[in-house]
Amino acid sequence: MSASLEQDTIGAGSDARWMASALVTIAVVAVLGLVPLYTTLTGNAFLLTLFTRVLILAIGAVSLNLIMGYGGMVSFGHAAYLGIGGYAVGILAKEGVGSGYIQWPVAVAASALYALVVGALSLRTRGVYFIMITLAFAQMIYYVAIGLDRYGGDDGLTIYQRSTFGGVVDLNNKTVFYYLCFAVLLAGIYLVSRIVNSRFGLVIQGARANERRMRAIGFPTFRYKLVCFVIAGALCGLAGALLANHTNFISPAMMHWTRSGDLIVMVVLGGLGTLFGPLIGALVFLLLEEGLSRLTEYPDLFLGPILLLVAIYAHGGIEGLLRGGRRG
Amino acid sequence: MLYFIEQSLNGVQLGMLLFLLAAGLTLVFGIMDLVNLAHGSLYMLGAYFAATFAVLTGSFVAAVALALIGSLIVGMVLEVVAIRRLYERSHLDQVLGTFGLLLFFNEAVRLIWGPAGMTLALPAAMLTAVQIIPGVFYPVYRLVIILAALAVAALLYFVVMRTRLGMLIRAGASNREMVGALGINIKLLYTLVFGLGAALAGFAGVMQAPILTVQIGMGENILILAFVVIIIGGIGSIRGAFVAAVFVGLVETVGRAFLPDMLHRILSTNAAATLGPALSSMSIYMVMAAVLVFRPEGLFPAASR
Repeated sequence: MSASLEQDTIGAGSDARWMASALVTIAVVAVLGLVPLYTTLTGNAFLLTLFTRVLILAIGAVSLNLIMGYGGMVSFGHAAYLGIGGYAVGILAKEGVGSGYIQWPVAVAASALYALVVGALSLRTRGVYFIMITLAFAQMIYYVAIGLDRYGGDDGLTIYQRSTFGGVVDLNNKTVFYYLCFAVLLAGIYLVSRIVNSRFGLVIQGARANERRMRAIGFPTFRYKLVCFVIAGALCGLAGALLANHTNFISPAMMHWTRSGDLIVMVVLGGLGTLFGPLIGALVFLLLEEGLSRLTEYPDLFLGPILLLVAIYAHGGIEGLLRGGRRG
Repeated sequence: MLYFIEQSLNGVQLGMLLFLLAAGLTLVFGIMDLVNLAHGSLYMLGAYFAATFAVLTGSFVAAVALALIGSLIVGMVLEVVAIRRLYERSHLDQVLGTFGLLLFFNEAVRLIWGPAGMTLALPAAMLTAVQIIPGVFYPVYRLVIILAALAVAALLYFVVMRTRLGMLIRAGASNREMVGALGINIKLLYTLVFGLGAALAGFAGVMQAPILTVQIGMGENILILAFVVIIIGGIGSIRGAFVAAVFVGLVETVGRAFLPDMLHRILSTNAAATLGPALSSMSIYMVMAAVLVFRPEGLFPAASR
C-alpha cells in the first residue's frame, strides 16, 4: 500500500517509470534464478560462490531496510547479527551439535535476544545517538568474539561440517545451497512486504514520519519499534547462519563495523524503503567491489568517492532513479 | 597498589587522547549537525604526517608542528571539497558519505605510504622514566601527553568561552540561521571549526604515534571509543566530553588490567581465562548501557538540543 501511495505522488510519467522499476526488478530476480544453470553449464564455480554471497548479504540488507528504510531507525550495528547467527552455528558445530534444526533456531533466537536488549536500550534515544549506540554495542560483540579463545579468538574458527537437515536438504550441494539462500531471500522480502502493509507496519512508518503525532493519537511507538527491531535482528541472524555455512568459517571480521557500513551502503544504494532496493543494492555493491578489485590494486580509492557522490547526489538510490528520484 | 597507580595514569593518558578526538567530533556535531566517520582518518593522517616529517626534518618538535599544520590544512580542504555538501543532508547520508571518505583515506594512505606501518622515534630526553612518587616510575613521554592534552583542553576552553571566534562558535551551535543573518560569514566559520576539529584529531594521532605503530585503520577503533565518550558525556558538550573521556579511559585501562585477576578469585581458572578477556572488553560498553538507562541524553546534555 505504501508503495502505491508513493507512485501517486510521483506525478506525470510515473507509470512508465514504475514499469521500468518493475521490469528491472523482474529481470534481476530472473537472472538470479538462472545463475546456477549458467555456472553449471560453464563450470564457473567462482561465480556461484560470489552470487551466493550476494544473496546472503541481500537478506541482511533487506532486514536492515525494514528498520532503517521503513522505520527510520538508522542502525550502524547490523553486522553484529551476522556474527551472532554465524557464531551460533559455529559454536554448536564445534560442540558437536550439527543439526540445522537446532543450529538455525538458536541463531535466530540469539540474534532476536540481542536485538531485544540493544533495542530496549538504544530506542530510548534517537538520531545520531541511535547511530552511535548501535555501533558501540556491535563493537562490544566484536570484542567479545575476539575474546572467545576456545572458538578461535581473533583468528576465527573453521566449520568442518555444514548444518545437516536429516537428508531433507544437502547444504554441501552448492546449487541446493544457492536456491535455499534464494528462497530465504524471497521469503524475507515477502515478510517485509506483509509487515509494511499491515497495520503494524503503518504504525512503524507513521513513527518515522512523525513519532510525536503517533504517540499523541495513542500508539505506544516504543513497543512497535522494538518489535520491528527484533524482527529485523532475527532475520539478519538467519543470514548469519547462512553466511557461516557458505564460508565454512566464522571470525570476528564478519561483524567488523565496516561490514555494518557495507550493509547501510547496500540499502541506500539500492533505495531506502523499497522492497527490492536492498537486493539490487547488494548486487550492485558487491559486483562493483569485485569488479574494482580486479581492475585496480586500490579499489577503495574509487569506491569511497562513489559512496560520497551517492550520498550527495543520488536521492533514493537506484530504485529512486528508476522511479524518478522523489525520495530524499 | 603501585601497579594500580601506573594503570590509572595510563587510563588518564588514554582519556586525554579520547578527549582530543571527542572534542573535535562533538564540536563539529554541535555546530554543523554532522556525523563524521572520517574523523579517525584525520587522526591516522596526523600520525603519518608526524612520522614522515620526523624523517624529513630529523626533529621531533618540527615534525609535531608540521603534522598539526598538515592536519589543519587537510581538514579545511576536506570541508570545502566534500563535507560542506553534507550539512543539509540526513544523518544517514552523512554516515554514507563519510564512510566513503574513510575508505578513500585508508586506501590513499596505502597508496602513498605502503601497506607496512611506520614508527616515530622519540627524542632521547623523552625515553626515560621519572619517579613520580617513591617507588613508582612512569615514562616521561606519557606524562608529556597528559600535560599537552590538558594544555590543549585549557586552550580550547579559553578559545570557546573567551574569544570572539568562540562566541561565534557557541552562537552557531544554538542558532545558525541567526548568526548568518547577523552578517557572519557562516561558511568560513564552518571551515574553521572543521579544520580545528581535524587539527585536534591530528594532534591526538601525533601524540599516540610514538607509542603505537602508525598503521592503516589505526583511527577506527579509537573513533568508536570516542563515540562512546560522546554518548556518555552528552552530544555537543565539550565539558561532558572531557569528563567522560577521562572516565572511559580509566574504565577501559583499569578494567583490562584488573578484571581478569578479580575473576580468577571468584571463578575457576578455566572459566576466568575464557571469560576474562571477553568481559573486560565489554566493561566500557556496560558502563555506557548503564548511563543510557538513567540518562539517555548523556551526563552533560548540551542545553541547545
